[in-house]
Amino acid sequence: MAITAVVCLVALYFLLPTLVPQIPSPLDKYFPKDKIHLGLDLQGGMHLILEVDADKALESMMERTANDLKESLMENKVRFRNVERGKDATMSLELTEASGKTALEKILNEQYSDLEIASTTSREGRQIVYLKYKDKRAADLKKLTIEHSVETIRNRVDQFGVAEPEIIPEGENRIMVQLPGIKDPERAKNLIGKTALLEFKIVDEDNSLDEALRGNVPEGSVIAYGAREDRSSGQRGQVPYLLKNKTLLTGASLETAKVQISDRFGEPHVSIKFNSQGASDFDRITNENVRKRLAIVLDGVVHSAPVIQERISGGQAQITGNFTMDEARDLAIVLRAGALPAPVNILEERTVGPSLGSDSIRQGIIATLIGSLLVILFMIVYYRLSGLIADTALILNIIIILGVLAGFKATLTLPGIAGIVLVIGMAVDANVLIFERIREELRLGKPARAAIDAGYSKAFVTILDSNVTTLIAALFLFAFGTGPVKGFALTLSIGICASMFTAIFVTRLIFDYFIWQRSVHNISI
Amino acid sequence: MEFIKPGTNFDFVGKRKIAIGISIVLIIISILSVVMHKGLNFGIDFAGGTIIQVKFTKTTGADVIRKTFQNIKIDDAIIQEIGQNEVIVRTNQPMTKELQAKVEEAMNGQFGTGNFEIRRIEFVGPKVGKDLTNKAILAIVFAWLGMLIYIAWRFEFRYGLGAIIALIHDTIITIGVLSLLNKEFTLVIVAALLTIIGYSINDTIVVFDRIRENRKKDLKKSLAEIINSSVNETLSRTILTALTVFLVLLALFFLGGPVIHDFAFALLIGIVVGTYSSIFIASPIVLSFENLQLSKTKGKK
Repeated sequence: MAITAVVCLVALYFLLPTLVPQIPSPLDKYFPKDKIHLGLDLQGGMHLILEVDADKALESMMERTANDLKESLMENKVRFRNVERGKDATMSLELTEASGKTALEKILNEQYSDLEIASTTSREGRQIVYLKYKDKRAADLKKLTIEHSVETIRNRVDQFGVAEPEIIPEGENRIMVQLPGIKDPERAKNLIGKTALLEFKIVDEDNSLDEALRGNVPEGSVIAYGAREDRSSGQRGQVPYLLKNKTLLTGASLETAKVQISDRFGEPHVSIKFNSQGASDFDRITNENVRKRLAIVLDGVVHSAPVIQERISGGQAQITGNFTMDEARDLAIVLRAGALPAPVNILEERTVGPSLGSDSIRQGIIATLIGSLLVILFMIVYYRLSGLIADTALILNIIIILGVLAGFKATLTLPGIAGIVLVIGMAVDANVLIFERIREELRLGKPARAAIDAGYSKAFVTILDSNVTTLIAALFLFAFGTGPVKGFALTLSIGICASMFTAIFVTRLIFDYFIWQRSVHNISI
Repeated sequence: MEFIKPGTNFDFVGKRKIAIGISIVLIIISILSVVMHKGLNFGIDFAGGTIIQVKFTKTTGADVIRKTFQNIKIDDAIIQEIGQNEVIVRTNQPMTKELQAKVEEAMNGQFGTGNFEIRRIEFVGPKVGKDLTNKAILAIVFAWLGMLIYIAWRFEFRYGLGAIIALIHDTIITIGVLSLLNKEFTLVIVAALLTIIGYSINDTIVVFDRIRENRKKDLKKSLAEIINSSVNETLSRTILTALTVFLVLLALFFLGGPVIHDFAFALLIGIVVGTYSSIFIASPIVLSFENLQLSKTKGKK
């Protein structure tokens, strides 16, 4: 008796915040604050699976390492040529002297413990050495890349302002992002997916841009494009730039970024402030390149390339370029949160609008109510008063399921509601089994008390075996299912366990009360 | 109230050859249907692609919608009407940023801003689709195995085998019916299949349990007799439980909304097939195994 009362009260305790819109203020601190957590399919929102291209991160790391290694080799007077980057974050170089390899190995051992020689081939007295990251190191670097990406995305989402976002790494190189109640999914996707690699490069004015566009790109320079919007016609076009390859400064040297409105046109732009190291680098760079043009490149796109009029100390700069207010605000956010260490691709997207969510909730509640009502009526018609006892257990069962969901902060999804409806149909099974047994025993001529005893004890093994097998199915559904389907497996499992308790224990309690306390001798079944 | 009067004694075991024959025919039809349809009609969860659910303020013909999508080079758009003025558009193209912008622009141009609402967008890339397919297959196969082990442990191995064959039978026929009606095969359907497996095994176990009990009571009776009386004794419960589950599923089917509709439909089919297999297939197969073993030992003598 006591157990039943405690279970009901605890379930109701956790359910209260969901059922009552506002608990009056002197009482509210005694009750949990959390309502039942609704899945994205019920409250609306966005679900993304992102894939982090960790190999890309490894490749760009190899590129930096290759540059460092070149300098180290020159310092140590090791003769080499044809440094090339290969596939899958490898590099190769040609050693022109026989002693080169020993010298290289020495440098690797001392300064580049992450690298190892993958293979060596000899050709006409020269040696071509292939280098790669050590396997363990490469795996570590990839793992770090994922962790860093999760961290960066979390920062961005937090600054964007989403209530209860979920950002969880999944598997080897995937990240799951859930943003409940998001109003502008497009914008959120842009914000999350942007690499936001900010680079400062000098425009190459020693060589001809036209010549480069014809295909003769000079050594050490690249072509990059910037977007241009014709103010009068509103047409968008592309402007080519010839930039020096070398990145002078990146977004990593930023301290902060914020949106400002320019005085002249009232257009928003992003003003950035470098940290102390970045500020002194910027000071030096502007000093060395006065009268040259400095290109501000974001994810490979040139945003602007102003001429450096004079040395800029103080570490302030501006990024301009036809931003809307939202675009400028989002750019400031991604710059503050930092660049993603590797590009990300969207593998899966599920966006549900809030109106569809509330429709689903309404339909789910109606289906649950009608379904319960049908079963409750059926049980009363078929088993009369005993049916009523089973119905009590059924209602208790629903309260327990919802209480457990609220208490454990589990998520209720639309398939989850379907699970509850299904459980209502299946939970009476235990009582059907018991009642059919009791009827059989009564037919054998046993008195009510003995029939109930026998009915419960004989049905118990059957109920246990049949419910365990159903639980096995629900378990695998939970283990392999995703998102909403997991919610279905969850409510089904809770419901099956709760039904064992309510249908066996609680109904027995009621029967016993009538038999022992009220000395009832005929049961209505 | 009683549907099945006590003392009812249908000769289920005697009819088992007919039942097994019917089941084999149904299974062949199911497999043929899947082959004729060139595989299952996989939803985007497994095949990859994009769906967009749009609600219009007034009645809008599927032709106009299809044309709107053709104008932006989405030629494979499948328009499915769900409920009033609401459609789901499906295409195999991935939902990129550019595509989404184009769709909104085209819709705005055709129907006017404010006359429609994009209520849901789902995009599943091919990589994820493959993963989800593997997971779904694993979930079903592991569920079968887990049950085989549990039943073999609680009863006997041949009982486990009988139950699993009944489960595979239920799964194939349910898939067959979905395929015949060309219903979309989605993650939610997999959840329905696993629920059917869970329900059907529940039913079968109740019968097995009675067989176990009756065997202990009377050691002289033949297995065929015991199986028959056990199926009959539990028949009332089998039908009652199927009925209550059927009732709630009807509520889900008619009132649960479009997302739940197919799920409830698959379950309705599955409950019927699962109840049938618990009565006619699972136990008779246990008997067939026994007869097989008997004739083998006779042959050796």
